[in-house]
Amino acid sequence: MAMGCVVDIIKTKDLVYEYIRRDEEGNVEGITRAVDEVDVAVRPGEFIAIVGHNGSGKSTLAKHINAICYPTEGSVFVDGKDTADEKHLWEIRRMAGMVFQNPDNQIIGQVVEEDVGFGPENMGIPTAQIWERVDESLSAVGMTAHRKKSPNRLSGGQKQRVSIAGVLAMRPKCIILDEPTAMLDPSGRKEVIRAVRALNDVEKITIVLITHYMDEAIFADRIFVMDKGRIAMTGTPRQIFHRVEELKQLRLDVPYVTLLAHKLRKSGVIKSDTTVLSIEELLDSLDIALPVKHESVGKSVNC
Amino acid sequence: MLIVDHLTHIYEKNTAMAQTAIHDINLVIPEGQFIGLIGHTGSGKSTLIQHLNGLLKPTSGSVFFHGADIHDDDFDRKQLRSKVGLVFQYPEHQLFEVDVWSDVCFGPRNLGLDKLNVELRAYHALKQVGISDEHFYQSPFDLSGGEKRRVAIAGVLAMAPEVLILDEPTAGLDPGGRDEILGQIAALQAETGITVVLVSHSMDDIAKHVERIIVMRGGKIADDDVPTAIFMKFAELEEMGLGAPQMTYIMDALRLRGLAVDPAALTVTAAYNSIMKALGMENHHA
Repeated sequence: MAMGCVVDIIKTKDLVYEYIRRDEEGNVEGITRAVDEVDVAVRPGEFIAIVGHNGSGKSTLAKHINAICYPTEGSVFVDGKDTADEKHLWEIRRMAGMVFQNPDNQIIGQVVEEDVGFGPENMGIPTAQIWERVDESLSAVGMTAHRKKSPNRLSGGQKQRVSIAGVLAMRPKCIILDEPTAMLDPSGRKEVIRAVRALNDVEKITIVLITHYMDEAIFADRIFVMDKGRIAMTGTPRQIFHRVEELKQLRLDVPYVTLLAHKLRKSGVIKSDTTVLSIEELLDSLDIALPVKHESVGKSVNC
Repeated sequence: MLIVDHLTHIYEKNTAMAQTAIHDINLVIPEGQFIGLIGHTGSGKSTLIQHLNGLLKPTSGSVFFHGADIHDDDFDRKQLRSKVGLVFQYPEHQLFEVDVWSDVCFGPRNLGLDKLNVELRAYHALKQVGISDEHFYQSPFDLSGGEKRRVAIAGVLAMAPEVLILDEPTAGLDPGGRDEILGQIAALQAETGITVVLVSHSMDDIAKHVERIIVMRGGKIADDDVPTAIFMKFAELEEMGLGAPQMTYIMDALRLRGLAVDPAALTVTAAYNSIMKALGMENHHA
């Protein structure tokens, strides 16, 4: 490694993951390659979104980052440590925390603050420090007011923020979220995405967000598009969502505002070739066509 | 036709844990409507839909199906459950048979139909959700997420329901899978005139397909109207933890900037047409 070079927080090298399919009797039916020669590097503090159709390998790739899955071929490094090396296992799981789709499967405590303290308690952290971490974690996701409540009494978005706080209490360098908003109502989705963005902006935690909602992916620094276990495209949201037709081929989408701008561009109403990602950008690109300009601009749907 | 009359449901009534999930709900669901049911988590949607096919017993009030009270002693509730098909969230978790075909046959066989009719129904249902013959003898667990879910929906369709209720049928699916499932349900609805109640958190999905939206809040019906009228009140919806399709916000922003677009345009196509019209470029085609 060159001097002064920042260690990639996540790095995969020719990563391949295969699993064997068996029939009822246990005979091998075939081998599925879920991740196929993936080479990615994520720098500390980056916000990465991974999109791809169901079965494209997103979750399998993510599970390699905190050593739930091990490579069939190639290797995965988290903060420079090889995940296949058993002596790094617990360190890697602490550094790279995971949040899953269903909050009800991730919360075990009877009281919010106990649930958040479960991780550090298991690590043998002294009690006083556990409480310090619980305080910080709850405040980072805006759940301090609910700390004494039973998780059953929380909304989906609140439960998911408790799950995130539980991961935060482990002081991770990186958080991987696998479709954290799939089960949430619109305000729950906004709450969770807002919390995730704040962790990235304020705490500088590296974020890997797997999502089927393209309007959540626009906040990422880079998007990885997966297809058939491979990385089909990488780029900034603006670069990725410029490729409307290719994304459709991959069973994906672009944010509706981007699609509308795309249609208006084809008709010559929008002249600029820059991909539009938000309502404000749409208004700006339509500027010449708008009759009058008011001070107030419509409310953004984005978080 | 389903009629809900002064329906109240209290969980764990007469205990310290008592919680009113729905309160004094009145509702008419006529035949052939495509209805969207929205409301934030805990607003009572799931409790309401479970009442529609008799899975819960009301604390007070009644539900009538074709004029008969579904909780009358002589009412055939088993038949009701085939007539009002309920597709729960993540229905693929309920798949259990060795292959797709047997799984979809399970329901109609339990209705006591003969083999020919069971198989006709299963075949028809699988075709309706776009599952091709090559998958029929595969294990349902070898299918993709979207396919599994469609097989589970076929299992309910094979019961030949008059009313189909779907609780978040697209949660966790990729955009392609989302469009496929909803497209097939919309086609099915148009073709057969089946009544559909779609529970969804995606305002864009709701806006694309339904003709009527019921908004629930705190166990009550907060609003019940056509989608354009509902989404015009997007500020109120946001207060309820909901929202509107992205196009509604765009139309609003454009109107604030002085462009006379249709505030009721809910889809990308409608918004596009409205912008072109407002700019006097209607005949300008891409």
